[in-house]
Amino acid sequence: MNTFFQDNKAFIYFAIMALILVFVGMNQSWALALGIINMSLISAIMALGVNIQWGYAGLMNVGIMGFAALGGVSVVLIAQQPVSEAVDAGGFKMFIALIMGAATITAGIFLNRKGINKWLIAAIVVIGYLFTRYYFSEAADIIEKVDPAITGYLGGFGLPIAFSWVIGGAIAAGAAWWVGKITLGLRTDYLAIATLGISEIILYVIKNEDWFVRGLKNVYGLPRPVPYEVDMQQSEWFQNLIAWINRGELQLLSQTEQIEKLTDYVREAAVVFVKLCYSGLFIAILVAFIVLSNLALNSPWGRKVRAIRDNEVAASAMGKDIKRQHLQIFVLGSAIVGVAGALLVTYDGIFIPTSYLPLRFTFLIWVMVILGGSGNNMGSVLGAFIIWFIWIQSGPMGLWFVEMLSNNMSEGSSSLEFIEDRVHYLRLVFMGTILLLIMRFSPSGLLPEKNKQL
Amino acid sequence: MAYLEGKNLVASYGVVPILHECSVEVEKGELAVIVGPNGAGKSTVMRVLLGMLDASAGSVTLDGNDISMLSTQDRISQGLAFVPQTKNVFPSMTVEENLQMGGFIRKDDISKTIEEVYELFPILYDKRKQLAVQLSGGQRQQVAFGRAMMTKPSVMLLDEPTAGVSPIVMDEIFSNILDVRNAGMAVLMVEQNAQQALNIADKGFVLVSGRNEHTGTGKELINDREVRKKFLGG
Amino acid sequence: MSDSIDIINAFALLTNFVILPALSYGSQLALGALAVTLVYSILRFSNFAQGDSMAFGTMLVIIISGYMISKGWTITGFPTAILAIPLALVGMSIYLLAMDRLVYKHYRKIKAKQNIVGITASIGVMFVTGGIVRFILGASAQRFGDGERFIFSVREFKAFTGLQQGIAFKTSQFLTITLAILLVAFLFYFLQKTKTGKAMRAYSDNTELALLSGIDPDKVVRITWLLVALFTTIAGTLYGLDKGFAPQQYHLLLLPIFASVIVGGIGSPIGAIAGAFLVAFSEILLTYAYKKFLIYLLPLSMHPSSLVQLIGTEYKYAISFVILVIVLLIRPTGIFKGKVIDGD
Ligand SMILES: Nc1ncnc2c1ncn2[C@@H]1O[C@H](COP(=O)(O)OP(=O)(O)O)[C@@H](O)[C@H]1O
Ligand SMILES: [Mg+2]
Repeated sequence: MNTFFQDNKAFIYFAIMALILVFVGMNQSWALALGIINMSLISAIMALGVNIQWGYAGLMNVGIMGFAALGGVSVVLIAQQPVSEAVDAGGFKMFIALIMGAATITAGIFLNRKGINKWLIAAIVVIGYLFTRYYFSEAADIIEKVDPAITGYLGGFGLPIAFSWVIGGAIAAGAAWWVGKITLGLRTDYLAIATLGISEIILYVIKNEDWFVRGLKNVYGLPRPVPYEVDMQQSEWFQNLIAWINRGELQLLSQTEQIEKLTDYVREAAVVFVKLCYSGLFIAILVAFIVLSNLALNSPWGRKVRAIRDNEVAASAMGKDIKRQHLQIFVLGSAIVGVAGALLVTYDGIFIPTSYLPLRFTFLIWVMVILGGSGNNMGSVLGAFIIWFIWIQSGPMGLWFVEMLSNNMSEGSSSLEFIEDRVHYLRLVFMGTILLLIMRFSPSGLLPEKNKQL
Repeated sequence: MAYLEGKNLVASYGVVPILHECSVEVEKGELAVIVGPNGAGKSTVMRVLLGMLDASAGSVTLDGNDISMLSTQDRISQGLAFVPQTKNVFPSMTVEENLQMGGFIRKDDISKTIEEVYELFPILYDKRKQLAVQLSGGQRQQVAFGRAMMTKPSVMLLDEPTAGVSPIVMDEIFSNILDVRNAGMAVLMVEQNAQQALNIADKGFVLVSGRNEHTGTGKELINDREVRKKFLGG
Repeated sequence: MSDSIDIINAFALLTNFVILPALSYGSQLALGALAVTLVYSILRFSNFAQGDSMAFGTMLVIIISGYMISKGWTITGFPTAILAIPLALVGMSIYLLAMDRLVYKHYRKIKAKQNIVGITASIGVMFVTGGIVRFILGASAQRFGDGERFIFSVREFKAFTGLQQGIAFKTSQFLTITLAILLVAFLFYFLQKTKTGKAMRAYSDNTELALLSGIDPDKVVRITWLLVALFTTIAGTLYGLDKGFAPQQYHLLLLPIFASVIVGGIGSPIGAIAGAFLVAFSEILLTYAYKKFLIYLLPLSMHPSSLVQLIGTEYKYAISFVILVIVLLIRPTGIFKGKVIDGD
């Protein structure tokens, strides 16, 4: 029995999780269950990226939300239609400003390599910066003035949204390369703090630069890779399909009741269908990533990675090699997080910069990886499902708990309202506690890594 | 029973066994030396005697009392003192502070003991306000030695006290060690310079792969053919 | 406005809007950075919970001072929050010691890779702490200072000096600078002169040898947390008196605090202080709009029309980050050589 459990642990855990989700589907609603599944899948992809960094190389990324936000930005930049009026008005100026900025930085780096006097370089960079800033703020002003209530930004390239997933990964990879280049090879906490810093800055830029992706005004109505619910409801084959599925029940009703009922069913089914389409898409991407990363990790490259992680003596002998390899891993993991970030915005259909709460969601991903078993990709997926489920359900559960209390209290006291208002913050406490408990009592997680060398 | 005695010690780091029923002992007023090739487990024996590493079998007794279960701090307050092989000073503290830390557990006035250490190593008095990290290798060994002296121990354990010092300083340190032995202390020392060490030792242990290969007085070991061939270079 | 060059007024302006704010912000950062340095030197990990711990300590002060005000236990003109600190310190010490007992102690015992495990664990503690604070006080910003707001106000200063440009010296600034000086002096005295302080330095310097010298590690750790409680609570309270209390703001203090520690050289107390002032002055000097300053200094024909602000205020956290990056690129050991590579 015990060995049966050990051998089939992963399967059993996933089966239990599936049962719980089916239970939610039957008792609450299928749309809710699928919503949880879809978010879990996106989280799983993110967790996979973090697992590659943390589980396989011990690299701490505390800025997951920043990289995810870069993915989100790419959706806006790639898939939105360009705002031609804004582009005509300020696009060129902005282009010049950005070129100037880039030129300043390049000149700084180039002159530094040439060994020119530091103060001279500093002066050049400062002057370049001032010019850039002057042009830049003028351009930003012009762009932001173009119909600010609806646009006020440059828009995107109007390309198919699927491109944005790749580009999202690429942008995140670029940022990761830069951060990694500076901090890898130094102390672990330098990377951790630098990722925290870069992610805060990315979010500040996104929130404050309205000309870029509209800042706090959000970007609505992003295109979709799957059909719209309304279109589904109106398509004949879909109506027929639903009618056929529910034929047993519908037959018993009168003509008018039949039509009414069917409309209801079709509306519900359309929502479920769209969510299912997303599920299919996310599963495909997740599976592809898992297969690829497993292939990579069992390649000679992956063996070397694990050797470096598990054997410090061998690792220190490799010296410079480690840094390069860590950089590869860090970039790779961040790219996956970027893709997941793009998928998240694709799924939401809106880009809301304030929804990237680094504090919460970066941390959730961490708990997922550690709960699942760092180093084990399937563990990360499992962890994503469990933690997202708990996160979603602990809100209602907390409220339910408070209501229980309120039934016992004689009067609706003011302290109770207060608790209802604040109860969702307890989720932070709850998640923090889960993390600490796993670290303490089951450091290798639910599904420990198999090929760890002792 | 000898004053300090480690008997049939078995120890390992994790799953790698290092000591196999290894025994060492030293009397008061006696200098015992442990020699052996690199990686033989000499430092490990010291660590076990001090309780810095738990033995899985065997016992450590001090003056007839079993101290195997005591923590390192308790063994220190029972009269053991130790100069580790490496990292044996507080680098960013002054010489004087190093000595003060050595006498940390003493409740009485330690200034007299500090004076005594300065008498033993006059150079340290001149450098008392300097950071240990700024001293030469030999001076640092003297600080390490002095720090260990501060508890007025009855047993002094030294792990390669002459590692990396010049021959002149080495002679000086050996003569200091003989001084404290003559004052009645039990001294157990690990030494790389086997020839010189055994020359002045009352007792010697040759350790190979965590086992006692030879035991005897310093003279016996030096004159032992096999020991000479294997460890003393002919 | 005069059209002549007016150095005195320019200097007064700078004092009011740059020097005084930067001095007090730097002092607050320095106290936080010293807490991080203490934990790092003794417990050997970078404490990611520092920002939220400061929020926790401030929360205690807010609650206690609120109670004291409701009871009328106040001193006229003096911020009640300061009077509440001793009691809050007790609470904070208990909280930190409990966290040590429940979380960190285990990893010391099993001799885990302390930095990496410590960071992860402290991130867990950060969430628990941040969650508790938000649950009790909510996430929105609030002010809790009472008493006299100014040591002297702009108006009083102008009346006294006859200058056109006024300087206000806020009570919170005065308290911050005074308390910071006292605390730093106390810390250095403690570490340099007392037996316990020396034992802490010894422990940080060479843990194994400290144990061999009979230094009690549990006591060292306990005292460290007590000092951390002291610095954290006071740093948090002073920051709150100055800029108001908002949990997210405190959480983000992590960035400038870590930047200070790393710039100064991780593990070095003097470095932490120097780093804190460097970060604070950079932040304020770079986000200050120099228009008025230049108007005082330049002849009329050269008066600037724009704000002459180098970086928008919204990017102030970016400044800590950029400083951090520059230091890592040029001198990863920091100003006062710290430890650059993991493990020892
Ligand atoms: N902390 C440690 N962890 C694991 N193995 C160790 C440790 N310290 C020493 N060893 C191993 O134990 C063996 C004995 O070491 P040691 O006692 O230092 O030898 P000696 O002092 O005789 O040169 C060596 O093979 C060494 O590699
Ligand atoms: Mg040795």
